[in-house]
Amino acid sequence: MTTTTAPPAVAPPSLRTGNVSRSRKFRDRLATIAMWAAFGAAALPLAFIVFYVVRAGMHLFSYDFLVTNIPIISSKPGPGMAPAVVGTLLITGAATLIAVPLGVMGAIYLNEYGKQSTLAKFIRLMTDVMSGVPSIVMGLFIYTIWVLRYGLSGFAGALALACLMLPIVVRTSEEILRLVPSALREASAALGARTWRTTVRIVLPAALPGIVSGAMLAVARAAGETAPLLFTIGIVSKPNTKLFGSNTALSAQIFRNAQVPFPAAQDRAWAAALTLILLVFLLTIAARLITARFARK
Amino acid sequence: MVLVLIAVTTLNNAWPAFRESGLSFVTSRQWIPNEGKFGALAFIYGTAVIAAIAVLLALPVSVGIALFVTEVAPARLRTMVVAVMDLLAGIPSVVFGLWGILVLAPNIAALYNWWSDLVEPIPLLTKLFDHTQTGRAFFTAGLILALMITPIITTITREVFATVPRNDKDGALALGATRWEMIKGVVFPHSIGGMVGATMLGLGRAMGETIAVALVIGSTPQIVANVFAGGDAMPAVIANQFGEATGVHRSALIGLGVTLFALTIIVNVSARTVVRRVDVRLRGLA
Amino acid sequence: MSNIPPTPLAPRPTVAPATEADAAPSPEADTDSPPVFETKQLSVSYGSALAVADINMYIRRGQITALIGPSGCGKSTLLRCFNRMNDLIPDARVEGTILYEGLDLYGDDVDPIEVRRRIGMVFQKPNPFPKSIYDNVAYGPRVLKMKVDRMDDLVEQALRRAALWDEVSGKLKKSAVALSGGQQQRLCIARAIAVQPDVILMDEPCSALDPIATARIEDLMVELKQDYTIVIVTHNMQQAARVSDITAFLTAAVNEATGERHGELVEFAKTATLFTAPADERTEAYITGRFG
Repeated sequence: MTTTTAPPAVAPPSLRTGNVSRSRKFRDRLATIAMWAAFGAAALPLAFIVFYVVRAGMHLFSYDFLVTNIPIISSKPGPGMAPAVVGTLLITGAATLIAVPLGVMGAIYLNEYGKQSTLAKFIRLMTDVMSGVPSIVMGLFIYTIWVLRYGLSGFAGALALACLMLPIVVRTSEEILRLVPSALREASAALGARTWRTTVRIVLPAALPGIVSGAMLAVARAAGETAPLLFTIGIVSKPNTKLFGSNTALSAQIFRNAQVPFPAAQDRAWAAALTLILLVFLLTIAARLITARFARK
Repeated sequence: MVLVLIAVTTLNNAWPAFRESGLSFVTSRQWIPNEGKFGALAFIYGTAVIAAIAVLLALPVSVGIALFVTEVAPARLRTMVVAVMDLLAGIPSVVFGLWGILVLAPNIAALYNWWSDLVEPIPLLTKLFDHTQTGRAFFTAGLILALMITPIITTITREVFATVPRNDKDGALALGATRWEMIKGVVFPHSIGGMVGATMLGLGRAMGETIAVALVIGSTPQIVANVFAGGDAMPAVIANQFGEATGVHRSALIGLGVTLFALTIIVNVSARTVVRRVDVRLRGLA
Repeated sequence: MSNIPPTPLAPRPTVAPATEADAAPSPEADTDSPPVFETKQLSVSYGSALAVADINMYIRRGQITALIGPSGCGKSTLLRCFNRMNDLIPDARVEGTILYEGLDLYGDDVDPIEVRRRIGMVFQKPNPFPKSIYDNVAYGPRVLKMKVDRMDDLVEQALRRAALWDEVSGKLKKSAVALSGGQQQRLCIARAIAVQPDVILMDEPCSALDPIATARIEDLMVELKQDYTIVIVTHNMQQAARVSDITAFLTAAVNEATGERHGELVEFAKTATLFTAPADERTEAYITGRFG
């Protein structure tokens, strides 16, 4: 072992901040501030919007508002969004009934059967593309294939919303199914169960909470959609509890009333917006709670 | 599932009517339904302008937030930021539109004019930011869109940033780089593909967004450089005119939808391609 | 060398209480190279879990000091104290003192950025930036805004020092990620050298490499100690025996009361001494392969 004698280049002893170039420090500080600012730039408008909706929506929002019919003369002040509440619930509910079973079945095919086959890859690609389709184009699509033949109806709106929800449901469900440990599947398969039996008895129950929360997020997204409803559901001023026949929805009412110059109509728009936001947030929070419980398990 | 295919074919069925107006559909700026003139150029222009404004505003903010979450924020704040982003993503677009038309637009015109005065002496900028009478303008629409796509871009870039290996970041820090230098040198090069993909997905969303834009853009089909002027965009015009349109006018609107559909598909597919290519390049070498 | 502490201290054969430290005569006093680092009752904990406790040791200038021990004994944690990389882990806490050139490394006015510039680090897994070979080496000097007359010369010099120049001189603009693992690791060493550090810390630099690449890095280390003080963490005893001048053996001690494990320093001596005549029976057990 050679003992080295040559001492290395002498390092100046100070380790103080001053040694690091001031402009580098400054830029680092600046970047950090910019990141905080970016967060503020997104959080502030959000606070603004929520604040406004709550403030402007509050003074008309009440139980009456939810159960009274929409005044026929839109300049007339006073409550009334019942048909829209009914419509939103009905249309979104119907859309859910269409999209969730289809979407979950699609996801089961992709994850349990198709896996990496060409067809599965193709379907995955199509789902991705479909999720990028603008909602108004979905509305036009339903208009051309359904409304032109059968007329305006809540069901047409539900179809359009279902088309929007489908890719979301497929994707979240597939992701959840993938998380189900394959040991579970193998254990069941080792007992001689067929794939479909394994899926129904073992995989689905394990994935259920995740699938439910994914579906609820899709519902929340659909409940707030306006564009596809504009020319598929028509307009009514009394509640229509049937799927067929013209209907209306909260989002469509907000859109309509926002363009009217009467303060009374605008008030109704704000209150409807508050109703809609509450509905969407409730669904989102419910989905989060379910996910959280799922994650803990 | 393969509904998308059906979507394409049915929309194809609907467009022979719009073929009537021929190629001028996308090259003419004359949109006068009463005279049977349907040139969509002004709407295409409007869509491009507001989408560009939205992305330009949203991208730095989103990247900033994503970095804030992955590199700077303490753990507790981190969950809060994510919650805020979720909330922002959860607000229905019609509510953004309502806020835009009743609160933002009436108040922002003054700000626009103040800015116009400010940049008056600079020739190029004064063209871009000219005086205005109303807050319902390209820029307002872009602003609202930026708010709406920020959560999308943030979520994806955040996920991409989170995949940058600790080891690589340590490599830069161990050389004496500051955090910002480390981000520039390691995090950005590593995530560039994901960032491009996220931006393009945001762009696709911005192009297709209808209701909020329909409310705040001002519905004046024109091609002007002034971003503070009123304009119109493809989805907005469909939403605004479809109800009263008949015959060829209606077909023309469906034709607009087809054009929009094609554009968003191009944007989305190329976004995915970019992401995949960059992925392959990084992994192929690693 | 005006900044050297007045009394150069020699390593002790075994850990002694700090009070004895100054008085303890050392059999290793034959070397007069001064200590670069000196730790006093150094402990690191992550959250409430103690990682290493009560470390008292020296790192001498111009020598290679190896930290060995079974996995989980806190060698890497200890190493990361020397350039304050532990600062980056949110709930890591460092107690006790580390003196670098007689200065408190964790003092109030010490900038970790400057510390890391001065004290380079090479990691377990080669981590070149996804840039060209040239840009990898030039990254440090550029970022640090070092005054460099000719960057090309600096890059070449660093690559030569890292014994990589001959292999890559023709493809400096190629991506560094395309190099082999061993080349990548030498590139990382070149990258560290390029910012002209005083000390190079190496955290198991060869654990991801094959034997041939390992041998090259080991040759390189011996080569480099002419100019740099090197501290290396290794789980490979033969490697420590081959390259280092001083070896510190750490092991995981179990707290009788809580059952929790933390690392502590068992023995700290000249490599030749430690491997041929270990003073502590735990060291002997480890180097003869009876545990760990």
